[in-house]
Amino acid sequence: MAAITTAAQPTALHHDTHAGHDNYAAQLRMNRLGLWLFFISEAFLFGGLLATRFFLWGADTRPELDQTIGLIVTSVLLISSVSMRLAETAIERGNRRAFSIFILLTALFGLIFLAGVMVFEWGLFPSIYQGHLTPWDNKYGAVVFAMTGMHALHVISGIVFILIVWNLARKGSFSPERHWGVESCAIYWHYVDVVWIFFYPALYLIGNAVHIAAH
Amino acid sequence: MRIGSLGLVRGLVGYFAGLIVGMAVVVILRLALGMSAWDQEAVWVGGLISAIIGFLLGVGAMSDWLKWTRGIETPLHHGPPAGKPAWTRYFGVDYNHKVIGIQYGVTGLFLLVVGGSFALVFRTELADTGISFLQPGTYNTFLSMHAWVALASILLGVGGIANYLVPLMIGAEDMAFPRLNAFAYWINVPAIVTLLISMLFGWDSGWTAYPPLSLLGPVGYQMVFLAIFTIGLSSILGSLNLIVTMLMMRPKGMTLFRMPILCWAILATSIIQLTATQLIGQAFLMLSFERSLGMPFFKPIYDAAGVNIGGQPILFQHLFWFYSHPAVYVFVLPGLGVISELLPVFARKPLFGYRWVALSSLAIALVGFLVWGHHMFTSGYQPYLRVVFMISTLLVAVPTGVKFFSWLGTLWGGRLIFPTPMLFTLGAISVFLIGGLSGPILATAATDLFLHDTYFVVGHFHATIFGGFVFPFFAAIYYWYPKITGRMYNETLGKLHFWLMTPGFWLMSLAQMTAGTMGMRRRIADYDPALGVQNVQLLVTIAGFVIAFSILIMIYNLFTSAEIGVLAGNNPWRSRSPEWQIPSPVPEHSYARPISIVGEPYDYGLAGSSYVAMAGAGDD
Repeated sequence: MAAITTAAQPTALHHDTHAGHDNYAAQLRMNRLGLWLFFISEAFLFGGLLATRFFLWGADTRPELDQTIGLIVTSVLLISSVSMRLAETAIERGNRRAFSIFILLTALFGLIFLAGVMVFEWGLFPSIYQGHLTPWDNKYGAVVFAMTGMHALHVISGIVFILIVWNLARKGSFSPERHWGVESCAIYWHYVDVVWIFFYPALYLIGNAVHIAAH
Repeated sequence: MRIGSLGLVRGLVGYFAGLIVGMAVVVILRLALGMSAWDQEAVWVGGLISAIIGFLLGVGAMSDWLKWTRGIETPLHHGPPAGKPAWTRYFGVDYNHKVIGIQYGVTGLFLLVVGGSFALVFRTELADTGISFLQPGTYNTFLSMHAWVALASILLGVGGIANYLVPLMIGAEDMAFPRLNAFAYWINVPAIVTLLISMLFGWDSGWTAYPPLSLLGPVGYQMVFLAIFTIGLSSILGSLNLIVTMLMMRPKGMTLFRMPILCWAILATSIIQLTATQLIGQAFLMLSFERSLGMPFFKPIYDAAGVNIGGQPILFQHLFWFYSHPAVYVFVLPGLGVISELLPVFARKPLFGYRWVALSSLAIALVGFLVWGHHMFTSGYQPYLRVVFMISTLLVAVPTGVKFFSWLGTLWGGRLIFPTPMLFTLGAISVFLIGGLSGPILATAATDLFLHDTYFVVGHFHATIFGGFVFPFFAAIYYWYPKITGRMYNETLGKLHFWLMTPGFWLMSLAQMTAGTMGMRRRIADYDPALGVQNVQLLVTIAGFVIAFSILIMIYNLFTSAEIGVLAGNNPWRSRSPEWQIPSPVPEHSYARPISIVGEPYDYGLAGSSYVAMAGAGDD
């Protein structure tokens, strides 16, 4: 949630000083450092969740999750980073139409990922798909929901971020030279993607699946 | 001027409006999902989250960002709000780091008084054996609240020192992200309100909130979790801002090793706050979810075969102490930085071993990440871990020792003068020494097994925190008071404060440690007369009241001297630091022109040396 506060500074300029260009460059350098510091901070949150997973499950067990779904959502999320990169390239070249298409495509991939997590992993809609786990029955459900939940929260904030940036671009707030809003949104999206690259094996691949009867 | 135009008032209205709306939404959602309307955990959590957001919207801490999302540019406003008295800017969102620094500092002092009063209440109960007026449950609530309110006050005090001084000391116009700075302050206020509300419902585990006790207690726990999570968010955002400011906004010529030494301490503190804070946030979030949804992170569940398919309580202790031990360094590093900053000024000598002192702050911060397990010697983890954590903990003594020897080397042969800030600096060293020397006894597993959870720990902790933070914080207040207000504090009252508080604290500390070695348990409302600690407990209580009284003298001094104190001039202490080269009180735009750095910061007494060159002062 704190992502928005540091990252969403699409027009972050010190308006009160004189040398416009130097000032923008200086503020941009500070914005970038601030964003990366925020990522370092968040790494401790995700690291804490990973530590929780290994503490409670050990390296030799994991829950029974649907491997097909896991592979599909992971692939979708990885592809979304490509479309995000294409969107950023488009704004750098001043191609606003291509930017709009690619950034909305990225949001769409994000939504597909979320749907995969919520409908299939979480089983929120039993009429479509019966989930394997509940958050409250045992340590497997609790940790799966904690890790995917915290990650999903970041994906959701990323999608909100994308929609804000898309709307600002539509209004012409970004130029090929000045588009910190797009840049921060893209880096944030890639970061959330990288986190999943650590979460996916921790949840789906490491250890042997354990079957626990419903409590 | 209408009272409703004060940001704080609008924020509080937003808080309670948000509380009602949030609670109503949860109740409606529960009814829609076919559950019973009332579940106090869910309803309160939903209500309070909404209340905190309501406060931030009401006070206006997010207005600019919300405008940015719609593409509206918002120039930074300078100076007091238009058409209102100047003092009102302290009660609303203001982007000037000096205003925010004062807001942090005053809120911190206020909480110090509140948290201290809680201590006096349960100290009075402890003055004699038997239950006199506090029932054990209420006693535990007061004790737990004392801890978190005082810790919040320290975090805010650190924020006050850092936000006010860092931009001034590096000659910057403001912080790197002024809006984030204001947001990081204001988010504390609804958190504090939430924390104080929790008192009405009670919570009784001490500040550590270990499960399973914290999973079973009253709903006050949920409020504490939320409040501390929010204060943690403030720590993270504030430290991020400080790191960027110090790394990117230094003036020409100020290399890292020419920064004022306090900046190094703040840098080290910020690294801890930026990273480790996430872990206590996560731990309290997990407790909150375990209480609300029953997710078993910490509570064991045994299946038919006797295998634990639930959580483990000790996981919480790992997550908790991964922040809460380094947090102690968050508290003391800025204080130790203040000591190193002030001693050269009052000894008129260079700071001894500047680079070593700078790096020792970083070393304490980094080693601090590896020592959390020494709080868990008796918790029942693998015995070999005790050795690992014992060695890493004892290592902390090395960089801390570097600081002590630097202070001695700075004092040695100096031409000392003893105004109040210097007295408090020396008092801090003496108290921190008591805390420091009692540390290795607790860090050694063999002795800790006997002293764990006794008053010895209480004595050690309070000595390190008073020596490492409270005394230096007071030194800093007296020292920078003329820079902030333009007037001098009353020296007689300042000295009276010192000579009441310091012996009072020595007495309290040593008496607490004595009670501990005699077998007095901590966190307990009553004790057996046969322990023989009655007289010692009475001494601690009396000393506590003396300390509290002396702090009231300081507050009186600070309030009255702002009106009637003698004008201080630009540089009453003849300091070389940049902030003393500009007028007192500091003007709205601190530095009329950019400064540059032409020498070493602490070359006091060296002929012809200079540190700061003010631009346009070539004719000087």
